Amino acid sequence: MIAFLFVLFAAMPQAPAQSVPGPLPAAETSTPDAHVETQLERDTRQLASELRCPVCQGLSLQDSPSELSQEMRVIIREQLLAGRSVAEVKQYFVAKYGEWILLEPEPHGFNLTVYIAPVLLLLGGAAFLYFTARRWTRQQAASAAPPSD
Amino acid sequence: MNSRRVLIAIAISLPIIALLAFGLTRDPNEIPSPLPGTAAPDFLLVSMDGSGDTIRLSSQRGKVVVLNFWASWCLQCRDEHADLSMAANRYRGRGVEFFGVLYNDQAENGRRWITEQGGQSYRSLLDPGSRTAVDYGLYGVPETFIIDQQGRVVRKKIGPTTVAELASFIDPLLGDAPTQEQSE
Repeated sequence: MIAFLFVLFAAMPQAPAQSVPGPLPAAETSTPDAHVETQLERDTRQLASELRCPVCQGLSLQDSPSELSQEMRVIIREQLLAGRSVAEVKQYFVAKYGEWILLEPEPHGFNLTVYIAPVLLLLGGAAFLYFTARRWTRQQAASAAPPSD
Repeated sequence: MNSRRVLIAIAISLPIIALLAFGLTRDPNEIPSPLPGTAAPDFLLVSMDGSGDTIRLSSQRGKVVVLNFWASWCLQCRDEHADLSMAANRYRGRGVEFFGVLYNDQAENGRRWITEQGGQSYRSLLDPGSRTAVDYGLYGVPETFIIDQQGRVVRKKIGPTTVAELASFIDPLLGDAPTQEQSE
């Protein structure tokens, strides 16, 4: 019986997924709205990840469970929904809280220290290791060489 | 050779020490606000007293406005409450308006707190969703903003304030010389 049902099911003509005209499947009819919603949520999450929670220690709005962060996430979403760009919404928060609100400071002025210092320290460390290793190898080579008469 | 090593060590450590020293001169709680010197964000907020009255900041143009964000759960707000009420009484009728804004709190809790504190000599407003708080770049409570007659933020005070400090902010805007009390 089960085998018969299986054969019957297998013999049923399968509806082509894309070639049949007519109403689109439910997932496709809702695509435009769903796409906008998804993009909105993605932008909200992205921006909330770049902004600092004002009442936390080093947490982003996205990661913070605080009530203020939740309300700020709602504000981000509302402003994006109202047609503001991500850059405009970010600028709104910078205008209210200063650059402090950005988890990654903008690379200009004194902020450049944050970007340049690690590179300089890395290069300095590499140079130090190189010259130290070279000195050691030379000293070893000198001590290993047979004394000249 | 040794002197060269000492010079290199100094050259490396000096900028680091200078950077740390610069950090020590700054109060981590005093995050510089971009608001002073700019137009105060306008708001339309409902009074907390249940009367349904609304206050629009722009309708206060021509007056000095003291805007204090507070909450019933804020311990430091207790420290400044009497001073704010005293200052509001002192400047009543002199072109200065005091407003409290309840931050992240329930109106009922706020009203109960005011009763416990023996009353408030100025009006408090509700800020649902903390929209106004974010508009003013609030970090926490208490925070007090002084807005001049042209609607510009002139001062932002983080933490509890006092009568003397408020006078030092307000008197120059009224064209008054600082009083003896505040100059001490």
